[in-house]
Order: sequence, then C-alpha cells, then structure tokens
Amino acid sequence: MRILPKHLLQAWVERLRVDHRVVAPRESHGQYIFDEITSADELVLDYHSSVLPPKKYFLPPREDLFTFNAKTMEMSPVIEEIQPTVIMALHTCDLHAIQLLDRIQGTGHVDQHYQARRRKTTLVSIECMEPCMAQAFCKSLGTLSVPEQFDVHLTDLGDRYAVDVGSDAGEALIRGMGFFWKPSDADYDRFNEVMAGKWPNFDYRLDCDVTDLPNLLGASHDSALWDEIGERCLSCGQCTKVCPTCYCFDVVDEIDLKLEKGKRVRVWDSCLLEKFAVVAGGHDFRNSRANRLRHRFMRKGKYQLEAYGLLGCVGCGRCALSCPAHITPIATLNTLNERRQASPGESA
Amino acid sequence: MTTLLRETLDHSSIYMPTPARIVAVEQFTELEKWFHLELPSGFTIAHQPGQFVEVSVLGIGEAPISICSSPARSNGAFELCVRRVGKLTEALHRLEPGSMIGVRGPFGHGFPIDRFQGKDIVFVAGGLGLAPLRSLITEVLDERGKYGRVALLYGARTPKDFLFPDDLKSWAERGDIECHVTVDRPTDGWDGNVGVITTLLPKIDFPARNTIATVVGPPVMYKFVLQDLLAKGVAEGNIWLSFERQMKCGVGKCGHCQMHHIYTCQTGPVLSYAEVKDLEEALS
Repeated sequence: MRILPKHLLQAWVERLRVDHRVVAPRESHGQYIFDEITSADELVLDYHSSVLPPKKYFLPPREDLFTFNAKTMEMSPVIEEIQPTVIMALHTCDLHAIQLLDRIQGTGHVDQHYQARRRKTTLVSIECMEPCMAQAFCKSLGTLSVPEQFDVHLTDLGDRYAVDVGSDAGEALIRGMGFFWKPSDADYDRFNEVMAGKWPNFDYRLDCDVTDLPNLLGASHDSALWDEIGERCLSCGQCTKVCPTCYCFDVVDEIDLKLEKGKRVRVWDSCLLEKFAVVAGGHDFRNSRANRLRHRFMRKGKYQLEAYGLLGCVGCGRCALSCPAHITPIATLNTLNERRQASPGESA
Repeated sequence: MTTLLRETLDHSSIYMPTPARIVAVEQFTELEKWFHLELPSGFTIAHQPGQFVEVSVLGIGEAPISICSSPARSNGAFELCVRRVGKLTEALHRLEPGSMIGVRGPFGHGFPIDRFQGKDIVFVAGGLGLAPLRSLITEVLDERGKYGRVALLYGARTPKDFLFPDDLKSWAERGDIECHVTVDRPTDGWDGNVGVITTLLPKIDFPARNTIATVVGPPVMYKFVLQDLLAKGVAEGNIWLSFERQMKCGVGKCGHCQMHHIYTCQTGPVLSYAEVKDLEEALS
C-alpha cells in the first residue's frame, strides 16, 4: 500500500496527462459520463454511476473492422492504435465487467480490435463507500470489492487515498512520480477502519446467494414470470446498451456510390431486439419478448458462468435504471426465488 | 509451404476474409446453386465435414455457409451449395465464374468422423441438409472399408428439389451405400416415396447399438427424426445434429448464435443429442 495525499491528486493526474489520455467521470446534464478530461480539476472521483459503462473505450458503439475495394478485392484491417490511456475512478463493478470482457475477447481467436485498445489502457479504480443507487446489487454479486486483476486501486481515507497496485502497468503510473508516501501505522489502522465501516452501508439485495443464482435460473426456465415481464418489455435494447458486460454486435458493409470502396463496420447489437436470433429463411429461434428477456437473464446469471467461468452480471443496476418498463434484475430474481420457495420442485 | 486458411485470422483481424475465386457454378434447383471455389495459391482449407465458412460479398455482407466438399479432396479448392434466401445469398447467386468473394474459416466443430470407424452410419438429410452431409458422405465412401453398413435417407420438397444429382446417381449405383429418397409433394412421373423423411427410417434395419446417425435439415425436422431414432434404440451420444443459427462472426464474439452457454459457431454447429437434450432452446 502507498498513500496519496488528496492535495496531490490533481498534480498526479496532470503528470499522467503528459503522456496519457486521461478519461474520468464528468458531470453532464445531471448525470455522469466517462469522458476525456482536459485538465485535472475536471476530475470527479465521487460520482454515483455513469450513463454508459467504460466498455465504450474498448468496444466503441460503432467501429470499422476493415476497409476494402470490392473491385480489386484489396482489404486492409483497421486496428486503431490509441494513445496510452488511463481510465480514472472506475467502480469495482465496472472493473469486474472488464475482467469478463477480457476473458471473452481473449478466448479462442483473440479480437485484435479490442486487444489493441485494451493493452494501451490502464485502469485506476476506487473503492465504493456508499451505495450509488437503489438499483445496484453489487454486494449480492460479490463485486463490491476489487477483482483479482486490477492496475491501481484507491481507497478514500479522508484527507488521503490508500493506493494499491496490482500490475506492472499500474506500477508504472506510480513509480518515480514523487506524489506517493509510505503508509504509517495510523494509515493502516485508518484503512482497516474504513474498510470495515463500509460493509454495513450496503445491503444484500438478492434473496438468494450468488452461488445459487445458476440453479435458480436453471429451475426457472419455464416460469410464468418471463411471460409476465415479457408483456411489459418494449424490446428496446436499452438494458444491453448500458450493460457493462454486454458485447454483442452486428456487422454491416458500407460502400460508396461507385460500388467500389467500402468498409465493414460493427455496431452494438442487442439480444432483446426482434431480429437477433433470426436465420436466413426467417426462422426465429427466440420469437417473443419473453424468450429474449429470459435469454438475457439466463446469459447474465448462468450461461456466461458456464461458458467463461465468470458471471455475466456485476450488479451495477444500470439496466434497471434505464428500463422504460421498470424491469429490474433485483425484482425479477427475487420473484423467481419466492416462487421457487412457494412451490419447490415445480417450475416457478 | 501451405497456409491453413484459418491461420490468416490471427495475422491481422479475425473479421477480415481472404479472397477466393469462383471457378465454376451449377444451378441445382430454382433456389440452389453449387459453387466451386479456389483459394489463393499456397492456401488450404483443411476443414472437417460439417464445418462452415463465412462467405463475404464485399459491399453486401457475410453469411455462414457449410462446406459441401470432402476435406481430403478439397486442398486449395472447395465447394459450397447455397440457397438463395437472403441478401448475401442473392448477391452470391448473381456472381459468375471468375468473380471473387471473401472467405473466413473453417469454423466450429464438424462430425467426429474418427469415432465413426467400425460403425453403421445413417445419414439423414432434409433439403439443403444434404450439403454439409455430402462432405461427410464423400469422406466415408472414399474410405468405405473403415465403416460398417452405410445408408442415406434424403427428403426433398418435390422431385425438382434434389441437390447433387450426379452424386445421388453415383451413390445409388455403387451398391455399398443404401439410398432412400422421398419427396413431400410428388410431381408427374414420380414413382418413388412420398412423405416426410421419418417414413424412410423403417427401411433401415441396422442394429441400433452399433449405429451412428447424422442428421441435418430444417429445424422442424429434428424433433420427429430424433423421436424415431431414439425409439429405435440409437444411443443419444451417437446421434449427431448440425444446428443452424445466425453465426454472424464465426469466432464466438457477436453473440447471435448463442443457445444456452453454447456458441454454436464454436462448440457446434455439429453437436450430439446427448450434449443438447437438456438445453430447452436447442430443439424448440
């Protein structure tokens, strides 16, 4: 552990800005967004949540994959070489989400587009002390503390931050900077006091244990609840846009009027949208809103765990906040749990 | 030095195809064409029967198409049988020999042919399902001595819809593969079987214990064929099905082909019934 006095925070960030693009939460129309900062005094470390998660820096909503000439068949990959970037003040839920994205994009064939951005980015996270919003359920999902993989993690000790380093890339942001002190006994005491003091501020929002989530969802495949909330779902795909672990995409070709030069582009897609699982010829493998909604919940709480060893949900609550039909994971999962308990052995 | 086509993915972008030349085209039916393709010199496709490639017409898009030629006979060339059914396949159907397309792959897992040695094999093909199975059938027939009894059950909508007519003829003539075909709707002059594909199953009297069934066809066909195969006593792990999903990227990233925890483009498209029987969405 090291100590960063709060009055040196801005000086540190200004120093980082010399050779990095620095991205941080910024207020915008009463909400917070992640954006590049042009001065250290724009930095906000105390924010509730961001509209979009930081995934947009690794998987932009729209990106070119390669350019082509349809006549000559020349093709050229577009791998964006970004400048070294530091993303500041990530909440631990978002850090867990990036860990899942890393695993998915690095499994099998590595996605070079993702990788090029990711390996130039260092993440500075911050310990959450208070719940950010009523829709969040990070404590239930185990994402209220820092994951195994992190770069630099800050904990607010009042007039100073405790600074933990988890990687070489993180160490490179700290070493030789001159802003960081060695912790004193009092700092360690304060750290332990702060960490112990934060947990009671958060509630377990799910009625079942996180390890039971795959079983609960597995037992709820035929639950009537999917039809009930499917009735309300607008199939708008908002939940997937704001989700820090959703990464599904569509691919489209764009070509000039001479039908010669063009590019292949990927854009964010959503498994909630109507055409997502339709194959050529028209057969739709998930032909109702209920089916699509169920697929999303299953994916978050069961399928991704089975496929990648990590849950697909980090409990950030953004989907609940943004859903125009007020469909929330907390209510959905707790209702499934209630019905399972009411009729054990039967479908909820 | 030959380069495997799939190795190109890791060199630049996993989404960028390699150009391939259309060297011959044959119109099988009103909707289906057969394409003979050639990779640039030095490239080989090295696929398993049942695997697919992502086919690009630059400016139009990309779609997954299963390879219908035999791996052993493919090398730098391979074949596709394509139904004109969407934007990409319509564009593909307009292309003449000499035209260039893009290909990526081959992707996923095909039929585990090594596990079929010494077994009796029933190929069950519905419509376009004969395309991926033709790759397997050719492979099996080329080394016919490795297998027990072999039969093909093939159903098409009408007698005009049969694919690979030359192959069907030569298979019927060679005598070491039992061939049964049926049509949903007969036309004038048809004196063969009429009815759905399951009406052909009773014609096969292989002992179930040693039988492998490979089933490829439209989604609606699977439930009924499975019922009959299981009733016959064919083991769940010996029934191999190819799953059609919207395999947009082929590399397990885009999410479109996911059924349960399985990315069809990676773990599939060929899966055994034992692997999918508890996945509610797989066969619905």
